[in-house]
Amino acid sequence: MSRPAHKRPEYHKINKDLFVLTYGALVAQLCKDYEKDEDVNKYLDKMGYNIGTRLVEDFLARSCVRRCHSYSEIINIIAQVAFKMYLGITPSVTCHNSSRNEFSLILHKNPLAEFVEELPAGRSALCYCNLLCGIIRGALEMVHLAANVTFLQDRLKGDSVTEIGITFLKKLDEKKYRRKK
Amino acid sequence: MADEALFLLLHNEMVSGVYKSAEQGEVENGRCVTKLESMGFRVGQGLIERFTKDTARFKDELDIMKFICKDFWTTVFKKQIDNLRTNHQGIYVLQDNKFRLLIQLSAGKQYLEHASKYLAFTCGLIRGGLSNLGIKSIVTAEVSSMPACKFQVMIQKL
Repeated sequence: MSRPAHKRPEYHKINKDLFVLTYGALVAQLCKDYEKDEDVNKYLDKMGYNIGTRLVEDFLARSCVRRCHSYSEIINIIAQVAFKMYLGITPSVTCHNSSRNEFSLILHKNPLAEFVEELPAGRSALCYCNLLCGIIRGALEMVHLAANVTFLQDRLKGDSVTEIGITFLKKLDEKKYRRKK
Repeated sequence: MADEALFLLLHNEMVSGVYKSAEQGEVENGRCVTKLESMGFRVGQGLIERFTKDTARFKDELDIMKFICKDFWTTVFKKQIDNLRTNHQGIYVLQDNKFRLLIQLSAGKQYLEHASKYLAFTCGLIRGGLSNLGIKSIVTAEVSSMPACKFQVMIQKL
């Protein structure tokens, strides 16, 4: 069975400003609806989770990614294929520990916050791009990879870069994969 | 450029999120539409600023509506409006025969009752865009058969 022909990459592209401004309007609305930053963050994460569970289907259908055999391989695909496909950026990847289940994505450019100069007054605990954490967590869960995803650094909070920490919660069952090969 | 899947999924999630937190009833429904429409309004304002910063000044109202139907719609929805009608007294009807935010829904009558939820944001987009071009308007939308959609723009005299 031949793989269906891929449409040209440009077919799926839209004006980036539309997405970025829509996201900004959403965050502004949530700040009106909720008093606490924590509630806004939670809502963005939940919304992102719902998006991620659907987005991963789009991603797997359009990319040629096969089963991954290590966490670092998965992280590299997120950074080099998925972020490139959907946001047009390629974050750098770092690994935090010797058991190799804690990673960071370092975003030198953050398109979501392109039009945001600083967080509004009284919103210092707001994770502006928390949708991204939910998207990553939801997408990984749909391929049976439970993970904690949080912002470790945020340029909007004065840090020099934006850093997303990803901690995988379960060890990959190597025997299971070896048997299926 | 960004990927359209992200915007489409975000829009769907905004619609379902707004309606989920609401209860039944006419007042709540109106509030949901208002919320989505006002978000679209803000986005429309921002987009039109970026799209028109290098273009020449529009010569009249009809010229502005043509810009919305061609350039604005193409940038946002990747196709032009299929039909523009006017009574030359301030009412315009923009018809899109394959509206992008409705294509994902069934083409039959199955989801017709929910279709209007997916139009409120775009009504705001149009009204916000017109607002920043100096036109105050009321924009409503209706679907008679999926995925065709009509946006009615009623321009208000100042």
